[in-house]
Amino acid sequence: MSKIMTMREAVQEFVPDGVTLAIEGFTGLICFAAGHEIIRQGRRDLTLCRLTPDLLYDQMVAAGVARKLVFSYLGNPGVGSLYAIRRAVEKGIPHPLEIEEYTHFGMIGRYIAGAARLPFFPLRSHSGSDLPAHNSRLKWVQSPYEDGETIAVVPPLNPDVAIIHAPRCDQHGNTQLWGLLGMQKEAAFAAGKVIVVVEEIVDDSVIRSDPNRTLLPDLIVDAVVVEPFGAHPSYVQGYYDRDNPFYLDWGERSRDVEQTSQWLDEWVYSVPDRATYLKKLGEETLSRLRPGEALSQPVNYGQYT
Amino acid sequence: MSKYTASEMMIAVAARHLAGARTAFVGVGIPNIACNLAIRTGNPALALIYESGVYGAQPARLPLSIGDPTLVTGAVSVMPMADLFMYYLQGGLVDVAMLGAAQIDRFGNLNSTIIGADYNHPKTRLPGSGGACEISINARRILNITRLGARTFVEKVDFLTSPGFLAGRAERDRMGMPGEGPEAVITDKAVLDFDPHSGEMRLAALYPGVSVEEVQAGVGWPLLVAPALGEVEPPTAEELRIMRDELDPAGLYRG
Repeated sequence: MSKIMTMREAVQEFVPDGVTLAIEGFTGLICFAAGHEIIRQGRRDLTLCRLTPDLLYDQMVAAGVARKLVFSYLGNPGVGSLYAIRRAVEKGIPHPLEIEEYTHFGMIGRYIAGAARLPFFPLRSHSGSDLPAHNSRLKWVQSPYEDGETIAVVPPLNPDVAIIHAPRCDQHGNTQLWGLLGMQKEAAFAAGKVIVVVEEIVDDSVIRSDPNRTLLPDLIVDAVVVEPFGAHPSYVQGYYDRDNPFYLDWGERSRDVEQTSQWLDEWVYSVPDRATYLKKLGEETLSRLRPGEALSQPVNYGQYT
Repeated sequence: MSKYTASEMMIAVAARHLAGARTAFVGVGIPNIACNLAIRTGNPALALIYESGVYGAQPARLPLSIGDPTLVTGAVSVMPMADLFMYYLQGGLVDVAMLGAAQIDRFGNLNSTIIGADYNHPKTRLPGSGGACEISINARRILNITRLGARTFVEKVDFLTSPGFLAGRAERDRMGMPGEGPEAVITDKAVLDFDPHSGEMRLAALYPGVSVEEVQAGVGWPLLVAPALGEVEPPTAEELRIMRDELDPAGLYRG
């Protein structure tokens, strides 16, 4: 059965007010198309989880959709600060934002424990750091085995909803990824509901021709949205590059509250959907971002009859 | 001898510190250029590891971030971040990692979390740990690459994000961390290292033409001076040529 729906429908059905949401993707595969639709639908009181909040959560916080942020690195990658989140944390603008802070490995461990339905994840981190004094969920356990080592643990993270951008899937939601994988797989398995957003839908036979590349099975996918360039201004390996001028522009304009809302008006509120956004972006920009070809060598899975 | 910038000196010094390493955990900017310089000047087998999940990257352009797609194309392996942190970093496969920070203290502890006294009401909210905390604990050797300045080199960090030697080498040892801790701080005026017994930072070698007083002026506590204070060799003509012609022709990070 096909799970294909529009972004508007997927957000309406699976992202109500107050949910804990993870839109993952490490510098690439960040689903701006979904985040912008959530802003347009006026969601409130979301708990946003992500290792690196990036521009997307900065925009969502600026638009007032978030009550709380769970994260491990707050930065505009390669550019500088995330000013909207800083304003919320430092000055409570547009309203105070609760934060729950981890290290990268801590967030990774939280998704793994969540995905595997375990009570915690042990990791060699946090020793000597001030972070545990400011996050009571960072704890220590003693190994029950011979050496009795004391080791840091983090609790599971099971978002209500995960939105995963990917290069391609079939109509059932069997999803293939390549390039930087970030925490796409772990976040999806940890979540209650999963929306997959892809650059293209492919036939079942394409997926089955390369099963090692299938990271998410249809079993955990609730909705499939086809949204080419849906990760812009971030990138999708082999499909398009990061639109760095966009990152720089946000880095400048987001310093100022007024200019931030003008940006949101221009690129989110006055754009009804992603197709219109792409038209506004223009073919010239899109073709500038398309990379040349670097194909992998095919492998032989073998016929076993 | 050709003229060179402080950044070019920092790149050359960092590259020399990578001489024997098999793997380096890399960030963008100076660390990335330093690794590529090391590869071209005596350590061709050095493999670049990025926390985004890349082993053996061969970037065809200067990466815009540690998640740039150019790090993927042509790499030896690209993996879930979970694999990288669990099996590479925690598995002990990272020989050297290069870190920067907003503040570094007397014992090489790093702050990249907040400026100010109150975590809940910071004067400035910084990015946070990212992977730095566990890198500081698990990577075999740590190189800090940081420009001198009394606001950066503070006696005590506002927030301890990533452990150096904590209150001294003995405290780090007691915690049984796999990594050896900070090895050197590569600044724009001198190289600093850490006393082998106490773990306190000290002035190890000056760049040509720099005085002890100039270095002290950029450090917020009375800085120890190593018994055998050395002078760092300036970048060679070949190191400069590679940096300028091949690695950063636009001068994005050399300036």
